[in-house]
Amino acid sequence: MRARVFVTLKPSVFDPQGKTIADALHSLGYGAVADVRQGKYFELDLATNEAAQAKQLAAEVADKVLANPVIESYRIEVGD
Amino acid sequence: MRFGVVVFPGSNCDEDAYHAATDVFGQQAEYLWHKDTDLKGAEVVILPGGFAHGDYLRTGAMARFSPIMNAVRGFAERGGPVLGICNGFQILLEAGLLPGAMLRNKSLKYRCEHVYLRVEQTDTPFTSAAKPGQILRIPIGHGEGNYYAPPDLLKRLEDNRQVVLRYTDPTGTIAEPWNPNGSVNAIASICNERRNVVGMMPHPERACEPLLGGVDGRMIFESIVSAMAIR
Repeated sequence: MRARVFVTLKPSVFDPQGKTIADALHSLGYGAVADVRQGKYFELDLATNEAAQAKQLAAEVADKVLANPVIESYRIEVGD
Repeated sequence: MRFGVVVFPGSNCDEDAYHAATDVFGQQAEYLWHKDTDLKGAEVVILPGGFAHGDYLRTGAMARFSPIMNAVRGFAERGGPVLGICNGFQILLEAGLLPGAMLRNKSLKYRCEHVYLRVEQTDTPFTSAAKPGQILRIPIGHGEGNYYAPPDLLKRLEDNRQVVLRYTDPTGTIAEPWNPNGSVNAIASICNERRNVVGMMPHPERACEPLLGGVDGRMIFESIVSAMAIR
């Protein structure tokens, strides 16, 4: 089963890359893009067919390695 | 005394640290490969600058899984002095040996220049030779030195006097243009609660000889050499 992990900086943490991208979009005329947050995306191929187990495993990996809990939070989607 | 300089794949200031310890200060030093499992009798450990394991995922994130880090952790827990410089500081944060995290520089630029630092604490083994409030001029070179701690942790760091160095102007006053990376509270260096583990973004090993443009980094090495002599 596949798990997708989306890691972003916490809302309380300033994201200078997202800000720069938003500024660039504004200068291109995309004023409707109010804000941009940049993050990381991981696809995990897991040796399990149980959604609950896949989600738990992905969360464990995200806690230990993929995200730094001091500055980042994550969201997990499971399924193919 | 014997320095242990840890070498990760991608370290690039290991030889500078070794050179400072041996050629400048006349001490013994040993390289510790990241796959080693013991510290070869080191009495002080330096985690040098560079890009350990390519800094993949996050700066310092992969290095904490190197076998040598178990030995470094045990050494730190027994009170052994550990200094993380630049990437070494980032590794100490990711390994949980120091609190907080590094963000991309606020300017998004890699900053390579001399900065001014105010010594906030002199009761660490790496700053004991300094006077409180002393100003140092030492180079930096990093893209991710924007130190961040959430408000509750930041308060704890300040209350416990764990901020060791701050970025200031040449007179020792904190001012926005003199903070090269946007670090919260202008933090350039912190220590752990026990004060034996210190992380700093500036490179003292690059400021030990006049030929290199300044000698203010000597204070860091003089501190640890005299601290160990007393012990």
